[in-house]
Parts: sequence; structure tokens; C-alpha cells
Amino acid sequence: MSIRLEHVDFIYMQGTPYEKQALSDVSLTINKGEFVAVIGHTGSGKSTMVQHLNGLLQPSKGKVFIEDVDLAGKAPNIKACKQKVGMVFQYPEHQIFAETVFEDIAFGPRNKGMSEAEVEQQVHEAMDFVGLDYETYAKRSPFQLSGGQMRRVAIAGVVAMKPDYLILDEPSAGLDPGAKEAIFERIMKLYQARKIAIILVTHSMEEAARYANRILVLSKSRILMDGTPREIFLHHRDELRQASLDIPQTVQLVELLRQGGLKLPEGLLTEPAVVAAIKKVRGLH
Amino acid sequence: MLSDITLGQYYPGNSVIHHLDPRTKILGTLLFIIAIFMATNTAGYIFLCVFVMAVILASRLPVGMVFRSLKPLAFIIILTMALHFFMGEGEQVLFEWKFLRITQEGLAMGIKMSLRLVLLLLISSVLTFTTSPIVLTDGIESLLNPFKRIGVPAHELAMMMTIALRFIPTLIEETDRIIKAQTARGADFSSGNLLQKAKNMLPVLIPLFISAFRRADELAIAMEARCYRGGEGRTRMHELAYTKVDVGAFVLIVVVMAIMAALRWWPL
Repeated sequence: MSIRLEHVDFIYMQGTPYEKQALSDVSLTINKGEFVAVIGHTGSGKSTMVQHLNGLLQPSKGKVFIEDVDLAGKAPNIKACKQKVGMVFQYPEHQIFAETVFEDIAFGPRNKGMSEAEVEQQVHEAMDFVGLDYETYAKRSPFQLSGGQMRRVAIAGVVAMKPDYLILDEPSAGLDPGAKEAIFERIMKLYQARKIAIILVTHSMEEAARYANRILVLSKSRILMDGTPREIFLHHRDELRQASLDIPQTVQLVELLRQGGLKLPEGLLTEPAVVAAIKKVRGLH
Repeated sequence: MLSDITLGQYYPGNSVIHHLDPRTKILGTLLFIIAIFMATNTAGYIFLCVFVMAVILASRLPVGMVFRSLKPLAFIIILTMALHFFMGEGEQVLFEWKFLRITQEGLAMGIKMSLRLVLLLLISSVLTFTTSPIVLTDGIESLLNPFKRIGVPAHELAMMMTIALRFIPTLIEETDRIIKAQTARGADFSSGNLLQKAKNMLPVLIPLFISAFRRADELAIAMEARCYRGGEGRTRMHELAYTKVDVGAFVLIVVVMAIMAALRWWPL
């Protein structure tokens, strides 16, 4: 149960003066049950890479497999395989088109061939999941909602397809801290409840450290590092800086506190862990 | 993929032709088109062909690419040729079958007419290949300026063209993204009859229109915030200026026209 990229190269506008290599020799496997954060500077190929995971882009060279089905091959179940991968693009609220919230969320499930009863159930579940009350919002026009609510509708539209792999391209961009927190809380809940794979593209090292259990670092169209947040954020600071990235602010804070004489243990990554460690050292509860 | 479309087909380069003032290129192209229509005899056509080839080579564009720009109009060129072949009046019949007859005059006329079209297309694609759309609009604005007095809104027209050109790539990118997003949600754009296909496009068109209006609104506010109030008294970052090379180009095109006139009225 995995998505596999084998030696994938991707070149934009091949054969024109605007030609640009966006991916070179990318190989990786993403298993169901993983929470992968993809980080990298702007233009490092993050968005291009995730668009290969469900066949939206075809590699210029190399192969992509979803559960061992070659997406460039002729297997009859390619379309079904692609639909196992849900994709939430950047600013997904810009893709809303239907007259009511219900219709927009139902678009994906209907295309997947679910029965009307099933569609309704999925829409209901997805709306619950993103925290939009079904009775209140289902019949409203999505264009009257606030930005944060529209984004939740758009995410619900993908979640309602019950993907086995969910790609989120900067789902929190442009949201206020409260809305960010809410979105991630729900993503974590979905991840834990359905045991799916989450692929999160993000610019925030804190989000990556806090939620992911695997981190992919892309730099200049290649995979620079692949490992757990612990390995990457605690031992590869200089490489990250060179790739125009950084370590999470929590790790920087812990470093400063240790330099200042506070005896904190090594390997603290997330805010709750740091808070707990400081409390322990200072004897607070 | 949609983003593979090159718009205005500008091909960046560093040749003499690329560096000419856009006004020189526009006027030169117009004058050359007049020269094309002055051609009547073989010598004239050969001279035109040589000149066009020389311009293409001087622009250092891939020759194959320039010729490929004929492709969209290949049908019209061939139709023109065929019509002249079969319909041309003439004395010397070369071939006759039922109602079809090909005369020598018709044959010659067909070749000449389609050659005119080919030359016309080639020279105008050199113009668009070597001039970026934005520079081209600047040139058009500057050329239209004298007509302001008779009420031609030169600046507004040019600004509209510039904005439209500026947003075409943005909207293509946006379309590409929306298509991908809806594809990821299982949308199908290729199956069904015409009506069904049109309906399938709605999930793309509606968000596209919404975003186009949003962008237009934002742009209008941004322009007003920077006190935009039309063309009067506006200065620009890149002033157009004729150089010696432009003068040379004008002299050349006048010489070409003179040669064409000479070949027409005093044939060899």
C-alpha cells in the first residue's frame, strides 16, 4: 500500500527557450499510515513533485506507481488508482464553483460513482469533519462564506472522496492562527481515524516538526534529505540553512535556553514537549 | 499541458532584429507588405524571397520554427493555390479533364499568390518572434500618438492591450490549476456529446470567471492607489528611441521598395 516514484525527472516547457528542470532523479516511496511533510525553498520542486503522486503531471523520465500500478501503463484500474489520492491545492477555495456548499462537496464523490445516498452521507461526514454544521451550511451558497469557511468547504470536497492518500499543498496559507490550528487539528483527527497517508507541503518548519513523522527536504529539484523530524531538525541545521530553510523556532529556543544555562534534555522538537521539559526543570506543574 | 503554450510567440534573442525599435519593425513590416504587393514578375519574387530569408537569418531564430508558423494557415495557402490552378483563365491549357482545366497562366498565378501569402506570414512572424508583446504595444501606442488629435485613445488602447497581455499567462496558469484540481476530484473533460462536454467545463469556467473579476477589481484598486489617471503627462521606464541601426533599417526598406518599383515598371 504505497505510492512510489522511480527516478522521476520533470522538465517544464521542454524544447522551448523557457525550459526548466523542476525535478531531477527523484525516487521515493510513501506508505499508507505515514504523515510526510515536504519542505523546501520556493521553486525547489515541492508542488511539482506532489502533482506526480496522483498523475496530474506525467514525468518526463522515470515512473510513478500507485499501489504497484504504473500510471503510464495500460492497466484498466488507473483512474480508480488516481482517485485514491486526494489533492488539496494551494488556496483551494478558488476552485469552488457550485451553487450550494452541498453540491460543491458532492462533486468529487459523484464523479467517483457513489450512489446518491452514499454521496449524502459522505458530504455530511466531510462537513462534520471540517466543522461546518450540515443543517446551517449545506444549502448556502459557498460564495457568501468567509475565506476560512470557504477553504474548509474545499477541503471537505476532497475529504468526501475518502482518499487513501491525502496531499495538502500549504493548507494553512493566508489563514489566521486560530483557523490554522483548527485545520491541522482536523487533519490530525482524520489521519488518526482513517490511517491514511498525509502528504503536507509546507513552508513552516514548526508545522512540519509538530505534525509529521517523516520529512522530505527538497532543494534545487532534488531530494536533499529524507528522515524523521528528529534526525533532520536536530542534526542537519547547516544543510537546512544552505537550502534556504531553517530549524523550527522551538529547537532554536531550546538551544538558546541551554546556552543560557537551563538544563533541558536534548531532542526537544514540539511546543508541548518544550513546555513540559521547562516545567519539569523548574519544578512547576 | 496548458502552460506549455507560448503566447505572442516571443523568442528571446540578441540579434540586430531583436534590438531594433518596435516602431521600426512595425512600420518596416507594413512597408515590406506594400513591397510584396508591388511584385509582378519572377525577378521581383526571387528578390523578395532572398530578402525575407536574409531577415530570418539575421534574426538568428531557428529557421524551422519560423516556417512552422505557416502551419496554422497552411489550409488557406493551399486553397488559394488550388483555386488559382483550377479557376485561372488562360490560353495555354496544360491539362484538361471534364470541367477541370489547368492553364499555364493559372499555374503561375497560383504560385505567385500563395508565395505572397507565405512571405507575408513569414515577415510578420519575424516581427512577433523578435518583439516581446509588451514592447510591441509600446510601439503601437507611440505610433498611434499622432492620431490622438482626431480622438483615437492611443494610451488607453495600449494600456488595455498591455493589461490583457500581462494577464493571459496568469489566467492560463489559473486555468491549468483549476483543471488539475477538478481532475483530482474526478472531473472528466473529454467524454460525452457536445452539450455534455460544455456542461463538464462549468466547474472550470465558473471559478475562472470569479478569479478574473477578483483580479480585475484588485488591479483597478492597485492602479488607483498609485494615482493612475490615464496617459496625460505620463513618463515611462523604457523610453523608445531610434538609433543609427533603425535609420539603417529604414534606408534598407526604402531601397527594397525602390528595387521592387524598378523591377515592376522597368523589368529586366
